[in-house]
Amino acid sequence: MGLSLLWLVPTLPLIGAIVNGFGAGRLPRRVVSAIGTGTVGLAFAIAVACFAQMLAMPAEERFFGQQLFAWIDSGDLSVSVRLALDPLSALMMLVVTGVGFLIHVYSTGYMNHEKAYGRYFAYLNLFTFAMLTLVLADNFLLMFFGWEGVGLCSYLLIGFWYQKPAAAEAGKKAFVVNRIGDWGFLLGIFLVFVTFGTLDFGRVFSEAPSRLALGGEVATWIGLLLFVGATGKSAQIPLHVWLPDAMEGPTPVSALIHAATMVTAGVYMIARCHILYALAPTALLVVAIVGAATALFAATIGLVQKDIKRVLAYSTVSQLGYMFLAMGVGAYTAGVFHLMTHAFFKALLFLGAGSVIHALSGEQDMDRMGGLKSHLPRTHLTMLVATLAIAGVFPLAGFFSKDEILWSAFSSTNGGPLAGKLLWAAGLIGAFMTAFYMFRLYFMTFHGASRVTEEAKHHVHESPASMTLPLVLLAVLSAIGGLVQIPLLAGGQRLEAWLEPVFADAARVAEAAGHGVAAHGAHDPGLEVALMAISLVVALAGIFVAHRFYVADPGAPKRLAERATAFYRTLFNKYWIDEIYDARIVQPMRRGSEALWIKFDAAVIDGAVNGIARQIERGAALLRLAQTGYVQVYALILTLGLVVVIGYLALR
Amino acid sequence: MAPTVPLVWYQVLAAILFTIGVVGVLVRRSALIIFMSIELMLNAVNLSFVAFSRQHASMDGHIIVFFVMAVAAAEVAIGLAIIVAIFRNKETASVDDVHLLKG
Repeated sequence: MGLSLLWLVPTLPLIGAIVNGFGAGRLPRRVVSAIGTGTVGLAFAIAVACFAQMLAMPAEERFFGQQLFAWIDSGDLSVSVRLALDPLSALMMLVVTGVGFLIHVYSTGYMNHEKAYGRYFAYLNLFTFAMLTLVLADNFLLMFFGWEGVGLCSYLLIGFWYQKPAAAEAGKKAFVVNRIGDWGFLLGIFLVFVTFGTLDFGRVFSEAPSRLALGGEVATWIGLLLFVGATGKSAQIPLHVWLPDAMEGPTPVSALIHAATMVTAGVYMIARCHILYALAPTALLVVAIVGAATALFAATIGLVQKDIKRVLAYSTVSQLGYMFLAMGVGAYTAGVFHLMTHAFFKALLFLGAGSVIHALSGEQDMDRMGGLKSHLPRTHLTMLVATLAIAGVFPLAGFFSKDEILWSAFSSTNGGPLAGKLLWAAGLIGAFMTAFYMFRLYFMTFHGASRVTEEAKHHVHESPASMTLPLVLLAVLSAIGGLVQIPLLAGGQRLEAWLEPVFADAARVAEAAGHGVAAHGAHDPGLEVALMAISLVVALAGIFVAHRFYVADPGAPKRLAERATAFYRTLFNKYWIDEIYDARIVQPMRRGSEALWIKFDAAVIDGAVNGIARQIERGAALLRLAQTGYVQVYALILTLGLVVVIGYLALR
Repeated sequence: MAPTVPLVWYQVLAAILFTIGVVGVLVRRSALIIFMSIELMLNAVNLSFVAFSRQHASMDGHIIVFFVMAVAAAEVAIGLAIIVAIFRNKETASVDDVHLLKG
């Protein structure tokens, strides 16, 4: 039992997707819900069984592979469909199936009024299958298969309401932007294959230290190219633009795909390839800088957005930035830790926002919310827990994970002693803004005077149990999820101990190279406590300012916005990044394509094809004159020809 | 030994008959006459065959003549049937009136 059933974990959701996909519109809703949630629930149960079995094993034996079948065997390239379970993928598998299951349950309530119910669950199950394939893959190509699969499902689900032009556009945008990232990822995979002659994780990672020079060109390029893939999937600068638009999809989709699981694929991929990154300090530094910049940049945009889901979207981009910051300073455990806690509280925030939107009959503008505390008691309470968690208030999950990242950044020595401090400062400012914009969202939604429209007011209702139950469970996880990794407490670092067999080799490489985080036992506990206190103070300050602005003195934000109009408008319009991309990249490309279309495709290629046809037609028109229809003309020509031939033969 | 007709006379006669046949095919408009002209050409060739056969004292030419006559008989049956069919449809046997198949 347990490990031998590993293959069922991705297969079950696939079966669900097939049944629901082909049964869409024919199966009754009850059956669709049962299949949709049941397959993922079963997968979660098996994942838990696998996890339990691994826990019982000695730490260094917690690596398990399951060969399913040979996939490609051509020349030097041989790729199998093979699942690999180690502490890292086991953790991801638990998060994907666990949070995924809760969101499936929530969806049965949220999508209840939806006509295309079967199609929705087919996509959602297909996504779970692809994500599990990505996580459990044993080689780069299978991971890429899952990577593309989740991208496809993301596209399908963002554009789920395809009759809505904005949704269809957003789906397209997500797909195209991801394609840029995938191009980098694919080049990275090619480079890995050229360098190692194999795509199997096991062989690549075990041979990497001996084959790649530390800080060498090849290692750096592999790291950077794979990171391009990660920026696409995980919405980092400069490819972050698709994620906020992805909010056009149904809210549970935003929670599952665009907050908890898919967007963390980039983080997971870097954690998986940690050994390659340990050999490429330059690439690591790039990862850290991009992560910190994204964390800060997205947070500033989140400060002023009005749409409740967009605030959460920018918050997600920002939190993903933190994870990349952690990866970049070599704190893989901290990054994965934040990935996990973020999956809990961000999924909860999205589901809570969905509950609010559901209650207000589709209203997403926070200017038309407020005072919902008494109407939606369960949603309010769970949202409060999540908001406190993401803001980083002790002792909720976000506090521990964010603090671990900040501490790791502070003590990082890669790129000089100052680099780590700067990264830490960026993260700290981001943390202040996180606390501010999250509590801004919370206060604007649940406190103050009601700004709900009259029409929506009539229907305000707490969501059904199928929606609030996942909220409560996620709230519990958000509250206590951080306790798996308590700093400074002997035996408190359970997560680190769990992941240690995976990341040990990277730590060795990093130590030998003299970069990365110092071993966690060796650092100064006093300094760490001081840093913790600072980040806690910063978080509380953010909450306090939000309270001042949105509860104590509701006119203040407007006054501030008027005083700093240019700044406010820049933030509100997201630094005009979309417009800049449109003007600098999309439009020139469009013009270029149009020129190529008219001047080359239509003129040269079509011209050549049509020209040849026209010449043949003209020639045929002449030849046609010879065919008169009079038999005797043919006979005459025949005879004359005969005479000529005989004459030639006779007179030769 | 009785005087015999020289071979070349047969050849000349065959050539004359053949030429009459060719001219008939080319200039006459009636399908029936054209048909008869073709028969004339065939028989000119037959005559030539038989003459050569006798000259070389071989039976090969005779055999080929039999073949030609048998095939010609079959061809006449089909050809006449076509002409009758055309006549029934168009009330004419003139080949000039049958010129629909053209470019």
